[in-house]
Amino acid sequence: MTHVGYLLVGWGVTFAVGAAYAVNLLRRGRRLTARVPADRRRWMTADDT
Amino acid sequence: MPDEIHHTGSRTTRLLGAAVVVGLVVLVVLGWFVAPEDDEQQDAVRMIFVHVPSALFTYVAFTVTAIGSVMWLLRRSIWWDTVAAAAAEIGVLFCALTLFTGSVWGRPTWNTYWDWGDVRLVTTLVLLLMMVGYLSVRSLGGAESATATRAAIVGVLAAAIIPIVNRSVEWWENNTLHQKSSLTDGNLEDMTLFTIVLGLVVWGLFFVWSVIHRFRIAWLERELRLTDLDQALRDRRAEGEDT
Repeated sequence: MTHVGYLLVGWGVTFAVGAAYAVNLLRRGRRLTARVPADRRRWMTADDT
Repeated sequence: MPDEIHHTGSRTTRLLGAAVVVGLVVLVVLGWFVAPEDDEQQDAVRMIFVHVPSALFTYVAFTVTAIGSVMWLLRRSIWWDTVAAAAAEIGVLFCALTLFTGSVWGRPTWNTYWDWGDVRLVTTLVLLLMMVGYLSVRSLGGAESATATRAAIVGVLAAAIIPIVNRSVEWWENNTLHQKSSLTDGNLEDMTLFTIVLGLVVWGLFFVWSVIHRFRIAWLERELRLTDLDQALRDRRAEGEDT
């Protein structure tokens, strides 16, 4: 296989940044949900929990 | 409603998340080991499987921001304004990854990471900077309505240059190293095309997953501000009654 270094950097950074962003979203969500009263968490009024 | 639930997930987001993880595994297998190499670019062509989905969902994300912005301007809908902001943040992420993967791909194929005379590269950078500006405007603070209106104007202006970015390789073909649309030129092998489409599906699922979570975070931040405001008003009223 040719250009492995370029491919590893391109794919690796893409996956790492995506994963870091996803983890960051989940952490921010957990932190905020704990601080907001349950009756003001809009989407949790649906069955889809 | 259970008070002990402390996350922004739901059944839908968990299904989306699982589909993204499975899709990424399949994408790596197909993209690295099954899809054929290119006659000219050899294996460097495998960058297409992360570059094209990032680019296409940059356009999708900023278009969603523009739609949300217009809906805010027309209807003063907080829901749409929140959707616009959520999509913008994810669009900035995708746009930065588009530039990065394109640059890394450019080195083995064009012999350079960057060319300031290339219209596709420069217009994409302008789009990224405009959307960073959109997020900056949102973070300035101030009255919610004024902030949303300022950001909405920037969001609509930024989205207006998406057609220029997309068509730049056709309109100024002598001023770009960038190839024309890979998806429509009809030169791709079947497995290469299938893997690109799989990448688009996976990026699409991740985009929806991210927008849902980011929307809920923004909504929680707003609720927290309102809760704090309510509490401050109650405290002030209590102080007034005491005196």
